[in-house]
Amino acid sequence: MPFVPHTPEEEKAMLQAAGAGSVEDLFRDIPGEIRFQGELALPPGAPEWEVEKAMAELAGKNRPASSGPFFLGGGTYLHRIPAVVDSLASRSEFVTAYTPYQPEASQGSLQAAFEFQTMVCELTGLGVSNASMYDGASAAAEAACMMRNINGRKRKKLVLSAALDPFAARTVRTYLANLEVEIVTAPLGRDGRTRLEGVVDEETFGVLLGHPNFFGVLEDLPAAAEASRKAGALTAVQTRLIPLGILASPGECGADIAFGDGAGLGTPPWFGGPSFGFFAAKEEYVRRMPGRIVGETVDRNGKRAFVLTFQPREQHIRREKATSNICTNHALMALRGAIHLAALGKEGIVETARACLERAHLAAERLAALPGYSQAFEAPFFHEFALRCPRPAEETARKAREAGVRAGIPLSRFFPGMEDLLLVAVTEWNTLEDIQALEKALGGVS
Amino acid sequence: MTPEDLKYSKTHEWARLEGDIVTVGLTDFALEHLQDLVFLELPEAGAPLIKGESFGQIESVKAVSDINSPVNGEVVEVHDELVDDLDKLKADPYGEGWLVKIKASDPSELDELMDAQAYEKYCREEEAH
Repeated sequence: MPFVPHTPEEEKAMLQAAGAGSVEDLFRDIPGEIRFQGELALPPGAPEWEVEKAMAELAGKNRPASSGPFFLGGGTYLHRIPAVVDSLASRSEFVTAYTPYQPEASQGSLQAAFEFQTMVCELTGLGVSNASMYDGASAAAEAACMMRNINGRKRKKLVLSAALDPFAARTVRTYLANLEVEIVTAPLGRDGRTRLEGVVDEETFGVLLGHPNFFGVLEDLPAAAEASRKAGALTAVQTRLIPLGILASPGECGADIAFGDGAGLGTPPWFGGPSFGFFAAKEEYVRRMPGRIVGETVDRNGKRAFVLTFQPREQHIRREKATSNICTNHALMALRGAIHLAALGKEGIVETARACLERAHLAAERLAALPGYSQAFEAPFFHEFALRCPRPAEETARKAREAGVRAGIPLSRFFPGMEDLLLVAVTEWNTLEDIQALEKALGGVS
Repeated sequence: MTPEDLKYSKTHEWARLEGDIVTVGLTDFALEHLQDLVFLELPEAGAPLIKGESFGQIESVKAVSDINSPVNGEVVEVHDELVDDLDKLKADPYGEGWLVKIKASDPSELDELMDAQAYEKYCREEEAH
């Protein structure tokens, strides 16, 4: 259903029915002293082309990711987004759709969400997925809360991997700040993997780790999940959808929950957002899941239909006993992700993941061969790696940027003591020429 | 028809005392208002219970309601088969529809509950709102 604005006549009729003389009258219950008085600090109206020129000048100060060799990752990645994503997702029926509480008017959005959920289940190897979260960081916090809900009656400890995405880790701590939970960090091993021994015990209700982790390293997920299970704890894994095209799924490896950020899938870097979060769990935990869940059913004529389900668990009905206080999601972004995945298909996602893997390993090999440079961690990685630089990474990144190459993220931004480490991400976007340019730029800084 | 030999809580649970074992279930009134039942969650045997606090949940298409314990004590038996056969719960709420058996630490706590007549009056007052 496309968006249709009100006409002045309709407005007048509504005001009359409400007993108000003007729209301003509808705000008369708000005390005058807290209302903004005066005019908003906006310049007077200008011709369209003048505004366009001013905005273009401002925008010209940005250097979009696509404008040169780009190797920045750290949670948001540059992938090739097919044109069909923009053209379908920009349809007004999708852009202006509200939450599909009325299935009879929302079969389009509901079916798209159901397909999104299905693809997330297939990639994560878990039985049930929700219709998306705001982002990976809040999904991490919800995963922690869900594990506590299921397993935290007597157990009070949550183990966070030191290699977890720092935004996710920070958000988890914020959410749990006023709850009786002890958060313990499992340290980073020399090889780039998390060390769980001695940290996960009978007091632990859940373990949260990334796979790939923030350094791009692949954890030994089956071993981690097994260690967790042996201690009676649950395992939640932060992961990403493209790598899952060829990685063994978290479900297969024994995880109870898998979640993450979809940034890069259908969503360009966009200076950090918006993107969407995805969240899946073992089917037996469906009643503990946060967020919207779309289900498949039949209408009274026996025809297949889609509908929001498990709603009594949500906060607008269950209130303080709800699974979560989340009451919406990033549906339009998740839709973009779903269209991107559907456009790639089962073969395309494998090809894409493989291209990311191969190009990253080629880049790592060539950069580590430069004098003074080496790979920081020896455990297997996917398409992102930490490069040890002869000069401080901040300086290295700045000099490379001046030479027109966005070489990577200095890890000292998030981890003290890692001043010489640069986080380099490579995707199917990067060509051989890009990698050669990166080699040249870094080779010049030593 | 409210059984005379049972006691009733304000949150619509019934209780039957035999020795120091209290059997608990949901009343007909509660089940009527819940309409279509979709899920029942019960505690594990051995779980400690606190008077007035929730030990399980009953879910219908419209709402999820807590089931509260009328006494302090410990769960000794759980009617697990009921979870897969919710029709039995609706058909015979005071008999086959029993939910848990509790070893009460102080059976006299049941004296605080309503008898059948008081409960029927309570329900009529609730409906009037």
